[in-house]
Amino acid sequence: MSLIAQSGGFLRDRTGDSGCPSNNGICLGWMVDHLDRYWSPFLEHVVITLIPLTIGFAIALSMGLLAHRQKWLITPLTGFTSAIYTIPSISSFLLLLPITGRGNDTAIIALTAYTLVIIFRNVITGLAGVPQHAVDAARGMGLTNRQLLFRIELPLALPEIIAGLRIAAATTVGLAAFAYLAGAGGLGANIDADIDFRGNVLVCGVILTLLAAALDFIVLSIQRLLTPWRRAAA
Amino acid sequence: MIIAGILDTFGGAIEFIFQRRPSDAGTVEVGGLGEIVNLAGNHFAVSFLAIVISIAVSVPIGLWLGHLGRAELLAVGVANVGRAVPALAIIGFCVAFLGTGFRNLAFALTLLAIPPILTNTYVGMRQVDPELVDAARGQGLSGFQIVRKVEWPLALPTIFGGIRISVVTVLATAIIAPAAGLDSLGTPIFSEEIYGDEGVLGAAIVVALLTLVTDAGFAFVQRLVTPKGLKVVAREKRRPRLMPTSIRRVQHP
Repeated sequence: MSLIAQSGGFLRDRTGDSGCPSNNGICLGWMVDHLDRYWSPFLEHVVITLIPLTIGFAIALSMGLLAHRQKWLITPLTGFTSAIYTIPSISSFLLLLPITGRGNDTAIIALTAYTLVIIFRNVITGLAGVPQHAVDAARGMGLTNRQLLFRIELPLALPEIIAGLRIAAATTVGLAAFAYLAGAGGLGANIDADIDFRGNVLVCGVILTLLAAALDFIVLSIQRLLTPWRRAAA
Repeated sequence: MIIAGILDTFGGAIEFIFQRRPSDAGTVEVGGLGEIVNLAGNHFAVSFLAIVISIAVSVPIGLWLGHLGRAELLAVGVANVGRAVPALAIIGFCVAFLGTGFRNLAFALTLLAIPPILTNTYVGMRQVDPELVDAARGQGLSGFQIVRKVEWPLALPTIFGGIRISVVTVLATAIIAPAAGLDSLGTPIFSEEIYGDEGVLGAAIVVALLTLVTDAGFAFVQRLVTPKGLKVVAREKRRPRLMPTSIRRVQHP
């Protein structure tokens, strides 16, 4: 058995652009010619970022709502999720390998675990930050616990929750760059395949940074759509 | 059956940590505590240098900007940018543009470590109650004295929180030191053909444990540097409100 069977067929390719790559230049011509090599790793990267974010958000939100009702759960859940977060991602990927095998599953499990602490903490902060007078007013109007949660608490906590999701999104894009060690795809394999070639590293770095920025923008837009009253106030 | 196989793999990994053995190709001896300690020494040396430099750079700037309340966009924005650029890409940039070696890797890790410390120093300074600063000024303290005697101690737990985040990030990223031509605990991970699966897993276990222990140590120090007054406030916040909510409504007939 071999845990890190050499990575998924991505090899260094320094052909073309009249010898620029062999002189380790930045090589715009090479980038344009070889951009298609980055397309499918990019799509894989998007997949292994979005799936963990979605699952992680669902789990962390449920944990947050539970802990909001049962306050004593906050400390153990925070401790547990932040202990997971402290383990280096490369270690988690590798330690999961014998159990879950090589492939996207392993990467997705580990990356999901990493999103938990960020989102959970922000859900708790957001719910705790709901003004008491708003809760009192809602109670006075006769709202049930469930109505209180969905009409008052969650909407008012939303900016904080979304802030957590934004941090988690950017973090996951970065951590997913190591997912190739778990046999999953992603642009990390491309960086590692030819890490001392400037053109290659630059293309990967720029794509990943743009991906993080784009996710951030999308999440922010969703927040704007969901909280129209904040736009009215601003 | 499957579980036994998994346990066997991890057992082999732990054995690798404590006992030297012939490599997979049988040409050299690998593993054992001696080699692990050696690799861990390298790992910590480059991480320590990066953390020290990034503290020396970010804390003074953060204190200064935080005290003046200026350049919030820079101090907070640097964290957003730092988060958007993946760690592997930063190492990649440094290897490709500066070259390999201890100094270049330390530089790359420093770049990773600066944003959390800078942002937390700034935010920690801004979170200090402005009334306390006013009171200090009223007592005739100079700007420098206010920073040293009022703002710095109150911001210290937040600053330490930033340092803790950076330490964990740097230790985790130093695993890819072999890509920068340097030995670290990542060496067995990236030279699987020599160290074998046991070596890969053994190194992963050692890195994970060392990071957890280091983080716990920093958490302990963070508690030590938290001023007594702040701990009292935190405890009182946790106490349930004694005043029934209904009484407060009387104020608005």
